[in-house]
Amino acid sequence: MSVNYGSKRLVVGAHYGLRDWLAQRVTAVLMVLFTLVVLVKVLVTRGPLGYEGWAGIFAPQWMKALTFTIIVALIWHIWVGMREIWMDYVKPVWLRLSLQVFTIVWLAGCAGWAIQVLWRL
Amino acid sequence: MTELATPSRPQRPEFRNINAFKDLPTYRWPLAALVSGMHRISGLIMFLLLPFIIWLFDTSVSSEFSYARFSAAFSTGLGFLPGWFIKLVALGLIWAFLHHIVAGLRHLWMDVAHAVSKEFGRRSAIVTLVLSLGVTALLGAKLFNLY
Repeated sequence: MSVNYGSKRLVVGAHYGLRDWLAQRVTAVLMVLFTLVVLVKVLVTRGPLGYEGWAGIFAPQWMKALTFTIIVALIWHIWVGMREIWMDYVKPVWLRLSLQVFTIVWLAGCAGWAIQVLWRL
Repeated sequence: MTELATPSRPQRPEFRNINAFKDLPTYRWPLAALVSGMHRISGLIMFLLLPFIIWLFDTSVSSEFSYARFSAAFSTGLGFLPGWFIKLVALGLIWAFLHHIVAGLRHLWMDVAHAVSKEFGRRSAIVTLVLSLGVTALLGAKLFNLY
């Protein structure tokens, strides 16, 4: 990607938006793989899962690190998707900006909560 | 070419600045468009219910005590909300997740395989709907103790 800031920034052309497009797909693939990891861990548990089994899945440090990465991927993925929805359907600039700010606040709050839960384990 | 040259071309409806109430009911929704619209709606639902999803994560992993509250939400309810309502919301989330993930994998496949024909769009849309709705029905029946 060429200069993306200042007076010489690229605002048109075939590659504009490629980063969002790619980020959407990369984060999606990561989340699919994470889903499979959790699913496998649930399925290999013998007997009823219960609290011990379920919380135990997220307890190892590597799983916390992985889950943390997935939370970041999730937030990023949602941001790209929600921005797209607001850009497509909401025309008035003041309303669109307000909704985008709301999205950021909502996502930042949720991310903080999820990460806090993770490291209390 | 020949169709364009004929003066008696079939009159087709024209849509500009689509009005959600006047135009959408008569708007043609091919299955691929339906899957695409549902992809957006399912994403929006999960975005709006994100705090509830994190609440489920929080209560289910934090402690034995909170885990009991997590389970009770689905049987005796949560606050003034009855258990069946929580189950219904969970079922909505299950559908949203399944539709979003299957429709997303469909997109990834289209990107990788350059599968962009009209026919593939239609067939894969059917597969998406059958898979996501089928698994949702299965898990929903389990959630409501039907088996």
